Amino acid sequence: MDSHISIKDLNVYYGDNHALKSVNLDIPRNQITAIIGPSGCGKSTLLKTLNRFHDLVDDTRVEGEVRFDDIDIYAPDVDVTEVRTKIGLIAQRPYLLPMSIFDNVAFGLRIHHITNRREVKGQVEKYLQLAGLWDEVKDRLHEPATSLSIGQQQRLCLARGLAVEPEVLLGDEPTSALDPISAKNIEVSLQQLKSQYTIVIVTHVLRQARRLADHVVFMYLGELVEAGPASKVLKSPKDPRTKAYLSGEM
Amino acid sequence: MRLSQSNSRTPFGRIFNDKLAARSFLLAASFPLLVLLFMAGALLLRTLPIFQFVTPWEFLTGDLWRPSQGEFGLSTFISGTLWVTLLALVVAVPPCILTSIFLVEYARRGTLRGLLPVIDLLAGIPSVVYGVWGVLVVVPLVPRLGQFLRSVFGDLPLLTSSNPTGFSILAGGIVLAVMISPIIVSITIEVLRSIPQGVREAALAVGSTRWQAVKHAVLPNALPGIIAAAVMGLSRAFGETLAVMMVVGNTAAIPRSVFDPGYPLTALIANNYGEMMSIPRYDAALMGAALLLLVVVIVFNILSALVLARVSQGARS
Repeated sequence: MDSHISIKDLNVYYGDNHALKSVNLDIPRNQITAIIGPSGCGKSTLLKTLNRFHDLVDDTRVEGEVRFDDIDIYAPDVDVTEVRTKIGLIAQRPYLLPMSIFDNVAFGLRIHHITNRREVKGQVEKYLQLAGLWDEVKDRLHEPATSLSIGQQQRLCLARGLAVEPEVLLGDEPTSALDPISAKNIEVSLQQLKSQYTIVIVTHVLRQARRLADHVVFMYLGELVEAGPASKVLKSPKDPRTKAYLSGEM
Repeated sequence: MRLSQSNSRTPFGRIFNDKLAARSFLLAASFPLLVLLFMAGALLLRTLPIFQFVTPWEFLTGDLWRPSQGEFGLSTFISGTLWVTLLALVVAVPPCILTSIFLVEYARRGTLRGLLPVIDLLAGIPSVVYGVWGVLVVVPLVPRLGQFLRSVFGDLPLLTSSNPTGFSILAGGIVLAVMISPIIVSITIEVLRSIPQGVREAALAVGSTRWQAVKHAVLPNALPGIIAAAVMGLSRAFGETLAVMMVVGNTAAIPRSVFDPGYPLTALIANNYGEMMSIPRYDAALMGAALLLLVVVIVFNILSALVLARVSQGARS
């Protein structure tokens, strides 16, 4: 397996709470990896170690190694903004920046000093297309982003994340706040994107994992219980805890 | 279980007590509003006689204040108040915003938790203490600042004065700035904290630095609230009396420079009320000044309360 991200002996502590216990995991390149498990099991915690979002919270300690290609993203000489550029995140709810539709997508380009107007315009169009939103917004690009429906807002966030050209896309239950049709749109986009991106999503919807995932990671109480190809983990789990969760007993 | 068919089985006393409690709480709750209405009403009634002497326009814009000759023009005092308030805002607002941004966006949680009580404490210090500090520390420093500016820039409008003492609108502005800082900082902190973390993360997730996230994601959302915080500080500065009176010089002339003395409305009322019984309508004129202060402060407070309500609503949605 060609692994894009490789996690070794990863521990996360929130104060005294040992939230992630000795996790080892390889995340395959250009596939969709779904992290599943009951709530509070450490799914989001694991995901947020990948773009160093734990840096933002006091009293959170991350120990271990997260290798992105050959670089440990927690190494002291690594620029965290570069990590987050290469490893993008789509949040649970669409959080917009207080600016227009166009500027939301252009934001990432501008902070990375791409200011050539034609280039910015081209990129914005390209990524709105890729997120499946272009046709709906092309005539109203300069309206405030808040004028969009919540499903459109989430696709806008997807376009914003894509515009800085990450290699990995993280999704923290990216469809959980959406109606079924909007959720479907996001899922379709993710399916299309996986040929170019490594995608990791957290989901509490088993059916979504079944629909999307090539690779499944099952977490329980801060431990990584089982990980492997979706066909194996979802159809013939080895661990009794995975079995119990998949059969709905958890 | 059946409900009893009428209230007849419920003891009368219980219902009565419940209604009594509800009414008395309502009465207690409406008390602040009643006080305000009474105050405004009383001030208005006592003010009206002055308008037999001068028109409202003359009263507000006239620059002669000679009660013994029946001349009541408030404009010098209004300009004193405006000058002092404006200087206080100019001195206070930028550092307050930077302080709040630091405490919410950069400092560790513990720093904020440790500093908040100190900030609240500053708001509780009696104004006479600020006044004494102003006389002892700020007033002596002001002329030196004036000399320094003069030696560097030469004569500049608004910065050159023949006033040799430090008793000046600048001293008043500085003392007021320190007094209103706790209000501005604590409201700005609340406003910044009401901005959802997701908004910051939206910017950070595409690789922005903390400052870029603050500048592009947090501050535009917080701006109305920060303005409201400044207005809250402004209305406090507007009404502050004692500390300002002690350092501002109390000279009834329109200041030409920040180093000139001034005479704010509040100081006018406090200095003269009770000593003007022999002069007709003096009382009414001072009441008019008080009414003006009251109206301005109420308007500012309502405006900033409305904005703050909208900000926190926006944060919830």
